[in-house]
Amino acid sequence: MTDARSHRRHERLPRTAVLLAAFTVVFFCLPFIGLLWRTPWTRLLDVFGDSTTRDALWLSMRTSITAAIVSVFLGVPLAWTLASIPFRGRNIVRSLCLISMVLPPVVGGISLLFSLGRSGLFGRYLDDWFGFRFTFSSWGVVVAQVFVALPFLVLTVEGALRQADPRFSEAARSLGANSWYAFRRVTLPSIRSALIAGTVLAWARAFGEFGATITFAGNYPGTTRTLSIATYLSLESDPGRAMVLSIMMIVISFVVLVSLRDRWLSPTDGARR
Amino acid sequence: MAEPDRRSSTMSLNLEFDVRRSSFTLHAKFDCVPGETVAIIGPNGAGKTTLLKAIAGLVPVDDGSIRLDGVTLDRASSDDFVEPDRRPIGMVFQDYLLFAHMTALENVAFGLRARGEKVAEARRRAKALLESMNIADCAPLRPGSLSGGQQQRVALARALAIEPRVLLLDEPLAAIDPASRHELRANLSAQLRSFGRIVLLVTHDMDDVRAIADRVIVLDSGRVVWDGPVTDDGWLPR
Repeated sequence: MTDARSHRRHERLPRTAVLLAAFTVVFFCLPFIGLLWRTPWTRLLDVFGDSTTRDALWLSMRTSITAAIVSVFLGVPLAWTLASIPFRGRNIVRSLCLISMVLPPVVGGISLLFSLGRSGLFGRYLDDWFGFRFTFSSWGVVVAQVFVALPFLVLTVEGALRQADPRFSEAARSLGANSWYAFRRVTLPSIRSALIAGTVLAWARAFGEFGATITFAGNYPGTTRTLSIATYLSLESDPGRAMVLSIMMIVISFVVLVSLRDRWLSPTDGARR
Repeated sequence: MAEPDRRSSTMSLNLEFDVRRSSFTLHAKFDCVPGETVAIIGPNGAGKTTLLKAIAGLVPVDDGSIRLDGVTLDRASSDDFVEPDRRPIGMVFQDYLLFAHMTALENVAFGLRARGEKVAEARRRAKALLESMNIADCAPLRPGSLSGGQQQRVALARALAIEPRVLLLDEPLAAIDPASRHELRANLSAQLRSFGRIVLLVTHDMDDVRAIADRVIVLDSGRVVWDGPVTDDGWLPR
């Protein structure tokens, strides 16, 4: 009797959890259902065919993929340093590098504006010496995107590097690999899933970036007006178009997440224990 | 085996160092000559693995020095420190630490590739090694699909591929099930005999010592408490 009761008790928790999970799924789906319901589907072709839409989409793709690549090149060394070199103030450095993740993007954009912007502390020298400005330039979009997307990659990769067994790297060293070779051929492949996950997260964050971009790089068709900015702008003038553009972003993000999900969750994690 | 003159030979591994840890200090002082297989035994925490790691360059010494064939690999009192990848020393780790994302062949070829050997040549030599160990069939397989014994032989092949002058084995048979241990031990013993250089073997198993080693060093709490030959009648310190 007591056995049966305790058994039932054990079962109660999972059922509650499943119900809550179902509620959460509904919570996630409701906005999409609302959007799909109101979207003027007849305008689909007309909005897609519009050259300003194509410009914005192309710009968003270009800049977000560039931002993801830059994030990998900058983020992996940073994650490795944070994971494997104990130095004083490491937590402070880590917090500094991750702060843009919790910051309102507009604040990030304002900070970028007053540091790298045309009259910013450093930006003015870029302009004076090289005639280069981030404002109204696609590179400005990339910088804003990297600024907000990089922490996602650093966080994911650092976590994986901390969990990776350092003895595999030692084994590689003992076989004649210098530390760079060991990192590239042994450590990095062993955290492949996390690296892919971090890159996708960074890309997704960059693709959806809005606040920092419009504040720092501006809103200029073809060079800084990304799909998310274009979507926001059309909400005032042409809500139907905004809905179609939203659907477009949802579909792109969804396809990327679904197609990569199995890859990054695959159990082929190399040298992890 | 005749007692070799350990001091005068220039071809030798000379150890006289301390590695300090919070819990203990490893104080190692002995020499080894080519052709010698030295078993290191002792209770857990005696410093056996630390000893091997120091020789491999994975743990720097805090005092004293490590010399191989007259060359200083590590000396605490100076900046002499040869990085692990520059030492002619191969190591078979506990649990083997095979790279899971590479095939057996790629694992064996790894050291050669890391040392700048061309892909084709590295693969050819790795293949020859796997063949000599009767595990050529394993070449295209990932470590995950190999048996314990096969993994052990791949790990040994990987360490031998770089043609080291010193081979360090950390409990090479501990992860093998008792049924196949006998055969693998005989196999390992034969491989080490043809290796003909310095071998240091950390083990818990007296059968390993009798079958493989010709000298035994007992470590206890970081100190060498016994150092002598393994005699024909199999007498060992106890």
